[in-house]
Amino acid sequence: MIYSLVGYYSLILGLIIGLSLFYFSYKNFNNSNILDTKILSFTFLQLFFVIISFLCLIFSFVVSDFSNETVFNNSHTTKPLFYKISGTWGNHEGSLLLWLLVLTLFIFLFLVRTKNQPVKYKILTLVFQQIIIVGFFLFLIKTSNPFNYIFPIPTEGLGLNPILQDPALAIHPPILYLGYVGSSIIFSSVLAATSLKIISTSWASHIKKWILISWIFLTLGILLGSIWAYYELGWGGFWFWDPVENVSLMPWLALTTLLHCILVLEKKSILTSWVIILSIATFTLSMCGTFLVRSGILNSVHTFANDPERGLFILVFLFILIFLSILIFFFFHKDNDRKSSSFFWLSKETSILINNWFMMYFLSVVLIGTVYPIFLDVISSQKISVGPPFYHKLMIPFLIPFLLMMAIGPKLRWIKSQLKDKTYLISFFIISILLAFLVLKNFNQNILINTILISSALYLFFITLRDFFVKKYKNISQNISHFGFSLLILSILFNSLFSSEIITNLKIGETFENSKTKIVFESVDQKKEKNYNAIIGNFLISNHDGGEDRFSPQLRIYNQPVIATSEADIKTTLMSDKFIVINLVQNQDFFNVRYQVKPFMLWIWLSVILISLGGIVSLLKKDNEK
Amino acid sequence: MKNKILPFSVIIIFGIIFFIFYKGLEDSKIYTPDVNTKKEIPDFNIKEFFSGENVKSSNIFKLDKIYLLNIWSSWCVPCRQEHAFLMNLSLDNKVNIIGMNYKDNLSNAENFLKELGNPYKEIYIDLDGTIAIEWGAYGVPESFLIYNNEIIKKYIGPLNQQLIEEINLLIK
Repeated sequence: MIYSLVGYYSLILGLIIGLSLFYFSYKNFNNSNILDTKILSFTFLQLFFVIISFLCLIFSFVVSDFSNETVFNNSHTTKPLFYKISGTWGNHEGSLLLWLLVLTLFIFLFLVRTKNQPVKYKILTLVFQQIIIVGFFLFLIKTSNPFNYIFPIPTEGLGLNPILQDPALAIHPPILYLGYVGSSIIFSSVLAATSLKIISTSWASHIKKWILISWIFLTLGILLGSIWAYYELGWGGFWFWDPVENVSLMPWLALTTLLHCILVLEKKSILTSWVIILSIATFTLSMCGTFLVRSGILNSVHTFANDPERGLFILVFLFILIFLSILIFFFFHKDNDRKSSSFFWLSKETSILINNWFMMYFLSVVLIGTVYPIFLDVISSQKISVGPPFYHKLMIPFLIPFLLMMAIGPKLRWIKSQLKDKTYLISFFIISILLAFLVLKNFNQNILINTILISSALYLFFITLRDFFVKKYKNISQNISHFGFSLLILSILFNSLFSSEIITNLKIGETFENSKTKIVFESVDQKKEKNYNAIIGNFLISNHDGGEDRFSPQLRIYNQPVIATSEADIKTTLMSDKFIVINLVQNQDFFNVRYQVKPFMLWIWLSVILISLGGIVSLLKKDNEK
Repeated sequence: MKNKILPFSVIIIFGIIFFIFYKGLEDSKIYTPDVNTKKEIPDFNIKEFFSGENVKSSNIFKLDKIYLLNIWSSWCVPCRQEHAFLMNLSLDNKVNIIGMNYKDNLSNAENFLKELGNPYKEIYIDLDGTIAIEWGAYGVPESFLIYNNEIIKKYIGPLNQQLIEEINLLIK
């Protein structure tokens, strides 16, 4: 009760500070060479109030204060404390408050950490960021106030959706948001730098840090979401091309491209238009993602509430930001790349430019696949569903030259270069093709496209692996990331080629047997936990080579709200995952059993961690240099 | 001149995108496939609930009369909710409500009717659920509005006040 009041008024105060910051910025902008301390302290105060508000919401959840509508809708007294806390951002209102928290946190850190940049630039960045912040304050207070009061006070809450009651998912939103919302600071600072025409090499190396931070968190956030989907949704896959996954992938693609462009800009002061457009695109795509999943225009796990008013607000706000940035781009930006536009074809810039176009291609495939169904529905009232085959068919062929480019590109030098040591490049290529051919021949999967794809992935793998040992490395971070990427593609390929699956219906005591595997459904246990009851199936699975494993997948019936979920049992080993999930067949006494062997599952997670590790190394290296 | 066309076209493109998203927001996203409306009812033989006699479907549904076929079961929780609405509907006597007891235990079904009342003109038993399949039913409860041996409308899930009003409207 008291928390709700404090939380609500903190939000109001935060909004007022946001508005007053416009005034201070205006005053400071014209007549000062140093940043007004008022600005800094007000930004801090705004952050402080948002933190207070956020803590209030957390406390309301912890003490199960059901006079708060958000708590009532999303919590329950029997929930473990951990999920009470994570329930704070497991709903629409709370997650928007988290958005706001990250927005204010980033601008404060930005102001504190940015040195050696013009004061005007800092102030303008603050102004643009405050436009976003004030927009979100209004959105939160007007349409999705997390502190709504209900009377009479209910004695019990409605509970948190059980599929969200999971450790990976508890930290997935904050991490992903740091990436998503972190891109706001890039957006604001690019708009500021464009308006002031100060885009230069020094600006690039300053903003690169922020791009890296967002990129690392976004990568890890997507990874966590994917891990969660793998073991919680029980479909045995890690990526489903679901609209919600796509909207997190799109900013990632844009941000990754931006990261490459900023490296060029830092060295050569070219590709400025790319940098500006990509920075705008990254944040707009993040916002667009919020719009798509929050407005109810798409249906998914993440659609917390289908309130058209909310959708409309985000939509209008999103397009105001888009139009603002378009205006700034066309009005202030004069393309001065032209003088150096005729760079030599065999150079690093060219390879990065080619890489950009590939990334843009992937981005547009995902974008079209995600929003085209909406367009078609509006224009012609037809419903289509775009599934994995669409993405696979359009992406896989282009992955091959992309992988080759990734292997050779970094070997080139800036502006002009001759390839030295051509011999090892060619010999590695031949080795890769031979190896891919042999591996696939061995498993009777010898289709031309697979061979080529695996060869190119192997090629990148070998080249990057060699670089770890050969060069006295200047660019270890890039090498780690590219190595991780080759490993990722290889793992995904092997995973999809060599997975095997058994789907069968079994009663207790029955046995399923084929030439390779024997599944014995031994017994069923019951378990009672605080927030759910579980039925545990005990399985003994033996392979033809004598290995035996015990599995106990669960069916959980959560009490608040009453929802049944399947908990897969997964045995992870270095080379493969064994995955079993059971489902109750309605009105029948047998269970539907799905058993999958998925090779290289662990490597998919590891390689994504490697990719982000590259970013972390780059970030640390940068700090050490200074 | 060339420099001005680009910004304008970009703005126009985004304007169109905005418009389409805006329109997209208006539509409801709850999607139900078109159900087989105006379809002939299937032919079948079925057991009467109380007497246990076999009855042909042509003897149950007569031309020129309106029927509401309701598939129900005593173990189905939503059926309990909709039962009160069926009771109200039966009082008006405008429509003949036919019950089809689905995969049920006979004594449980009788207790269900004793407890909540019997809105049905006639009740038949579909013990193994095969006849419900012929009707194209997804599960219980489900209701079919029938006139002239044709299915006018199909209701998946429990009936509520709104749907009852709709049925009354259709009967007129």
